[in-house]
Amino acid sequence: MTPLLEVQNLTMRFGGLTAVDRLNFKVEKGNIHGLIGPNGAGKTTTFNMVSGFYKPSQGRVLLNGQDISGLPMHEVANRGVVRTFQHSTLFGELSVLDNALIGTHMTFRPNLLKAILGLDSSARRDALDRARTSLEFFGLADVEHEMAGDLSHGHQRALGMAVAYASRPDLILLDEPFTGMNPEETRRMMGLMRRLCAEGTTILLVEHDMQAIMGLCDNITCMSFGKFLAEGSPAEIRNHPDVIEAYLGGARHVA
Amino acid sequence: MRNFVIWVALAIALIVLPNLVSFSQQEVLVFLTINILVVASYRLLTLTGEWSLGHVVIMGVGAYASALVTKELGLWVPLGIIVGGLASALIALALSVPLFRMKGFYFLIGSFAAGEIIRLLWKRFRDPFGGAKGIKGIDPMPDFSIGIYQFDFFEPVSYFYFSAVVVALCLWILWRIEKSPVGLTFHAVHWQDKLAQASGVNLRRYRTMAFVIASGFAGIAGALLAHYIGTINPNSFDVEVMVFVLTWAIVGGTGTFYGPILGCVVLTILNEIVLRELGLEQTRPLIYGLILILSILFMPNGLESIVQKVTRRKDAK
Repeated sequence: MTPLLEVQNLTMRFGGLTAVDRLNFKVEKGNIHGLIGPNGAGKTTTFNMVSGFYKPSQGRVLLNGQDISGLPMHEVANRGVVRTFQHSTLFGELSVLDNALIGTHMTFRPNLLKAILGLDSSARRDALDRARTSLEFFGLADVEHEMAGDLSHGHQRALGMAVAYASRPDLILLDEPFTGMNPEETRRMMGLMRRLCAEGTTILLVEHDMQAIMGLCDNITCMSFGKFLAEGSPAEIRNHPDVIEAYLGGARHVA
Repeated sequence: MRNFVIWVALAIALIVLPNLVSFSQQEVLVFLTINILVVASYRLLTLTGEWSLGHVVIMGVGAYASALVTKELGLWVPLGIIVGGLASALIALALSVPLFRMKGFYFLIGSFAAGEIIRLLWKRFRDPFGGAKGIKGIDPMPDFSIGIYQFDFFEPVSYFYFSAVVVALCLWILWRIEKSPVGLTFHAVHWQDKLAQASGVNLRRYRTMAFVIASGFAGIAGALLAHYIGTINPNSFDVEVMVFVLTWAIVGGTGTFYGPILGCVVLTILNEIVLRELGLEQTRPLIYGLILILSILFMPNGLESIVQKVTRRKDAK
């Protein structure tokens, strides 16, 4: 069976620096797949290549066996791969509901002529329903009229995911979703991600919070200095000597 | 119901208004009506976060197009006005190809350069654009009667009524666009283009769409102007006029639909009534510049912020 997402020999060079070097991994449908590694390992760069934010220097990104490498971000999104951003990248000046509505853009494409003539009311209603469901899913229903910029940090992170979820993607890419969350919020968010996954959304996430990663992922890919290091289940990764060395430093790093 | 009463009252006020002012002020009313369409259409472009310095030249494209098709090809003037709008939209579509490779400040400068090129083309080619002297003797709107009122387009009052109806229709369309999902997407493109793109929004397509629509309505405004004054030349659409449009938009504030319109109305009244009464209309650029600086310093959100403060206070009571 073709995996949902496959990365082949993916390479990104910034001038002389090779940020990601011939990376290979597969994400199976219905899994929660983690991408970990020490700071500067090239996780976010990999994300940016998969989502179309960067064009890879070499290698391919395959979605259901189709080459999507180098497509612009909105084209990748239209094929069902939606990402969130590190930090709280939101439409801070718009209401929470409007943020979620923009997430429904792909399903309910705005039509100029119909909008002027008022023939799109059913699409607008459906989009509104979809946006509200999304907000409810992430526990944001009671703040829908607030400005996104005024929300608490935890809420902002949840909203970022609600926007992505509103488009009902096949694959959702989460870039450090737990940053700045307290343990309670992290636990709640993990529960939501499991529910997302149970509904059929495949998740690929980059994260530093090891407890969350180990508790959540079916499969983990570990990178270090741009290179593939190890792959396996959380238990395998936890005990993998190369991974331990990359994080804690082996004998040659100690000095 | 309450809204309906307000609209009827506004319509009656607009019908009565020109009969209460002097002949020269009636002319000002016509220009004001047209300028309102220019700033309101300009706002649609600013929704996507892009500011253009070519808007007035694009308006001129509509004026030239409408003047030429009516004068040279004998097209019926109302159709010519629509052709003017379409011509502006088409030129904008062509310009969007090079211009939307840039954004922000670079787009601003690029749009200025593009506008100047168009203006120089008008000056350079005497046939058909009439060179620096422009086009004279543009056909006026043909007179017609709607039973209760006889439109006589040598009277500014008649032209005011006509243009007010056209502009009101255009404003209604602009309003519908802004309040639609398309308008929301424009906002999204402005505030966080990366996230919008990750949500599947084709940024370039939406920037182009806003530019083309804004330009189309500017073209209609230009055509309305051409058939009123009967003569246009490249200097009617130079950067000085663009600065006035910018001033109206900035002083009024671009955060709301009515902001730029408010700016346009208030500054026009200031100019035509206060400055003219004081005999200071020659200093208009000076005073506009001063107002622009003062409003940026002390009223960064424009006149609309004052309106919002007042209405909010009323709501609180």
